[in-house]
Amino acid sequence: MKLNRRHFMAASAGVAATTLAAPHVYAASHGGKPKVVVIGGGAGGATAARYIAKDADGAIDVTLVEPTRTYYTCFFSNLYIGGFRTIESLAHSYGTLASEYGINVIHDYAVGVDRDAKTVTLAGGDTLPYDRLILSPGIDFVDGSVPGWDVTKQNAMPHAYKAGSQTELLKAQIEAMPEGGLFAMVAPPNPYRCPPGPYERVSMVAHLLRDINPTAKILIIDPKEKFSKQGLFEEGWNNNYPGMVERIGPDFGGNNVSVNADEMTVDIDGSVEKVDVCNVIPAMKAGIICEAAGINDGNWAPVSPHTMQSRADENIYVLGDASAQGDMPKSGFSANSQAKVAAMSVRAALTDSKMFPAKYSNTCWSLIDTDNGVKVGASYEATDEKIASVESFISQPGEDAALRKQTYEESIGWYEGISADIFG
Amino acid sequence: MTRPGPVVFAAFYLALVAPAAGQSGFGDAEAGAKVFRKCFSCHMVGPDAFNRVGPHLNGIFGRRAGSLEGFKRYSDGLKRMGADGLFWDFDALGAYIENPKAFASDTRMNFDGLDDPQERADVLAYLRQFSASPANIPEAAPTAMPREVELSEDILALQGDKDYGEYLSSECTTCHQLDGDDQGIPAIIGWPSEDFVVAMHAYKEKVRPHPVMQMMAGRLSNEEIAALAAYFEGLE
Repeated sequence: MKLNRRHFMAASAGVAATTLAAPHVYAASHGGKPKVVVIGGGAGGATAARYIAKDADGAIDVTLVEPTRTYYTCFFSNLYIGGFRTIESLAHSYGTLASEYGINVIHDYAVGVDRDAKTVTLAGGDTLPYDRLILSPGIDFVDGSVPGWDVTKQNAMPHAYKAGSQTELLKAQIEAMPEGGLFAMVAPPNPYRCPPGPYERVSMVAHLLRDINPTAKILIIDPKEKFSKQGLFEEGWNNNYPGMVERIGPDFGGNNVSVNADEMTVDIDGSVEKVDVCNVIPAMKAGIICEAAGINDGNWAPVSPHTMQSRADENIYVLGDASAQGDMPKSGFSANSQAKVAAMSVRAALTDSKMFPAKYSNTCWSLIDTDNGVKVGASYEATDEKIASVESFISQPGEDAALRKQTYEESIGWYEGISADIFG
Repeated sequence: MTRPGPVVFAAFYLALVAPAAGQSGFGDAEAGAKVFRKCFSCHMVGPDAFNRVGPHLNGIFGRRAGSLEGFKRYSDGLKRMGADGLFWDFDALGAYIENPKAFASDTRMNFDGLDDPQERADVLAYLRQFSASPANIPEAAPTAMPREVELSEDILALQGDKDYGEYLSSECTTCHQLDGDDQGIPAIIGWPSEDFVVAMHAYKEKVRPHPVMQMMAGRLSNEEIAALAAYFEGLE
């Protein structure tokens, strides 16, 4: 059946009325308008939902499933720790997506995917049928990656790698550190969400401590040989927080660490250290719904670089951190960029809209100190094998203060821009 | 901030015009023409000047801030300052171009400012030539500024496909906001399409320095740039 836009609008009004009358009957069958279900309301999922709804103009029924009513962006959450942002400034709600774009927003957990029946099961018991499913669940943690830590220890030793109460908890713990105390970070192995994130966090913790507890120390226990923007961060720590930050890499046992949350100790290659705050950022994997859908290869869900479709199921798209796509870092910017390609592909599959070649890009800004911003970025293209980096750039050590300030101001502009692009 | 009336302008003009150009503290219009190269990707001045990304600057001296008819992209702040009685004179313009964002925090003029007082005096002396006042308007002034990048007529004549531009624009809107908010990152809506095309080619050929924009523009074809220019020109 082919419908024009007026018919779609009329049909859409009908659906809205039905939904009001019986909120738990989302759809009776796969007939009528094509249905897209999006799992995860972050930079990938909310962007995809918004672009599909906006560009399809009523021709596609879009449902967004996100557990939280208020979403706190992980990007810029380190700036809250450093005192540059309020937690409220990181908060976003889904009101605009629902009211202006007609997206059906459901606050619930997706717990299962039946790929044959093409349905998603929610924790609340509802079942959502889909024609195309977009999974953008972000990350979960790999059990046992840091011996002694699991999510039941996250109050004693926060990860603060999903923003919100964890971020607030970590900041409160830092503020409560004894004078001259020790902040330890167990950094994650590759690949993980936001490659510069742990090191920007160290910069922001140092910034906070310099003001309130200048004799405190920061210890990074890191399984990786090297890390994102390393030269820039190390230069910044030396210049701005001299003597405060120490990093133990794998050559000194940084890859052999366990923690004891009851004792507040960290065991680094057999040497036990008492710490005051311990930020454990464990190894990561795709959000568990990907595992439930059976589309993972190892910890992540491989996708087609041209469309972000799962390699295992062409009716499923995977965006952002959860996807294994090639060269793009796991970042909010990447997820937002990938979401636009996926949205275009979904619309082309379900309506007669045009498909253009995929283009991707990413920039990650980090703040080292007041008005001292740096960035790294790249553009990407789709090859059959992977999303491949085409061109890249990075801030340089020794840049003048004016440029660093400009870079920081640009990052604030970017936050506003991408927030509007994600949440409407 | 001072808000001098016309009397003060007159006094100032005498002070500016009387001494030999180039003397310390006073502007040299010829040197100012070179300084103006920092401005001309957005502003035109001279007999055939028209509004580009920024308003044309003919008659800027003595003009009420934010008031040029036909120019629609003034920030609210500048319009308000104009309504409150700010007229552009040497002091006000000097303060503005020294640090635009300090002068008018919401200004859309995406320019870091001129730190050097001599450069400011020079460029104002240059601009002064294009403002009406007693006997100081050159009959034939240099107006045709070279473009930042040499572009063939073919490229400039390309008619962009707005729909394609809208699709491509999703890559821009991660940073540039469609509501025209321009804190930290310039607003790009409503630009004259030729200016948009010139700017993008200037990034593409790395004449303009910004690394993100060099990368983004670097992989856009001439048609894609034209499409984006057509799309963004139509937005308000």
